[in-house]
Amino acid sequence: MYVAVKGGEAAIDNAHAWLAEERRGDVAVADLSVDQIREQLGLAVNRVMSEGSLYDAGLAALAIKQARGDMIEAIFLIRAYRTTLPRFGASRPVDTGEMLCDRRISATFKDVPGGQLLGPTFDYTHRLLNFRLAADGEAPEAPQADCGADSVPHVTGFLNREGLIQTEEDDAQDPPDLTREPMELPASRALRLQALTRADEGFVLGLAYSTQRGYARNHAFVGELRIGAVTVEMDIPELGFAIEIGEITLTECETVNQFTGSRTEPAQFTRGYGLVFGQTERKAISMALVDRALRWKELGEEDQGAPAQDEEFVLMHADNIQATGFLEHIKLPHYVDFQSELELVRRLRAETGAALSEAAK
Amino acid sequence: MTDSTARQTWMGLLARVPARTLEEKWDEFGLEPEYTVLRQPEIGGVMVRGRAGATGAAFNIGEMTVTRCSLRLPDGEVGHGYVQGRDKSHALRAALVDALMQTDIAETLQRDLLKPLREGLEAARANRAAKAAATKVDFFTMARGED
Repeated sequence: MYVAVKGGEAAIDNAHAWLAEERRGDVAVADLSVDQIREQLGLAVNRVMSEGSLYDAGLAALAIKQARGDMIEAIFLIRAYRTTLPRFGASRPVDTGEMLCDRRISATFKDVPGGQLLGPTFDYTHRLLNFRLAADGEAPEAPQADCGADSVPHVTGFLNREGLIQTEEDDAQDPPDLTREPMELPASRALRLQALTRADEGFVLGLAYSTQRGYARNHAFVGELRIGAVTVEMDIPELGFAIEIGEITLTECETVNQFTGSRTEPAQFTRGYGLVFGQTERKAISMALVDRALRWKELGEEDQGAPAQDEEFVLMHADNIQATGFLEHIKLPHYVDFQSELELVRRLRAETGAALSEAAK
Repeated sequence: MTDSTARQTWMGLLARVPARTLEEKWDEFGLEPEYTVLRQPEIGGVMVRGRAGATGAAFNIGEMTVTRCSLRLPDGEVGHGYVQGRDKSHALRAALVDALMQTDIAETLQRDLLKPLREGLEAARANRAAKAAATKVDFFTMARGED
């Protein structure tokens, strides 16, 4: 129960003023610019764009600054801003086969056409703190090599040529949009993928890990992981044709999973899919594993009662803004609710006390 | 009417080029044409779609910011700008170039404005591709010691 209460206005104003001062920190230290965050905290910016569900690096950097580095708060700011934007339309589905790859690796084929491109990765670093970064002014330069004109085809494409992996068919449908209509269960795969790509990285990572540990294990191999730029095209009604409206960086993960088959159907690998804004590979791999786990019904698998297979559990708890909103509301005044509970407990205690003293007589 | 393929190409280029680069190149060009704004520069979102398994059913990934603008030149050519991001002057300039590309200065614009812009973008892409190529794994087999 909520009752309107007045007061606290001055306290709130002063709390916000102090928040602003704390956010700035020691004024003897130079102010951090939004450009610096965008350029030097790029992976934080990428996470805010993907979970905030809005590709705009400048806005994500501003949100990080305003939120003092609290990622969920920054994501919240982006989600709130996003709702104020008029929607011009939807793009044509991006063609990740045409990606200009910064990174492209396959864990299933060593000699994959197009090669294994490691890209700017933390893999193979020793995870030792680099104290030279604490001294400023370092501007390292990456070596370059001749790249020829190699195309970088999708790994699953090769498997598909032999019929070894299930085909992903275009259903030519306009996909549902959970930012426009409330999510309904059971959800189509398109809706699940939308929910997963904007879901909390930690939550999706934990679920994906649970499948690896045996809760609905699906034997995933990373068939391919690619990170790079794709162009975005949109049909412009007033022109009557499509134009490129921009270029975005995406991370795509295609997993090759345990096969299905029967006496009548030849054995075939199955697949999971992750596609996330920015360079966000932990999230993309996690998404692919959870996508695969959620497909158990359509692939005729057994319900093992595992959390990652439970669509309602996964989709209704994956959004960190929804979760944080409900979680944090319990810290706001609930004086009246609590008063009624307090009265109830006092009455029960009084009754028990009366009964006990009655029994003692 | 201008060929739509050519128009698609220049509009795509104007959308992707950094706002500041377009501004610098435009200023160098030194044109100050008259125009009437038909649609004030407006910031909005476009829902970006992908496909399940890269080839399957479409799904929504999230939105991106886009700014659009439309204007008309005194002789009637209408220009549209749809550019990535939230820079209103970028959208206005893109619409203006789109309109001017339908006039008889198109060739000059193509040579002195669009071509250098395209080359700039291509150089940036080539630079990234070269860095990626330097991280390509060159597998070799260790001596197995069979004898």
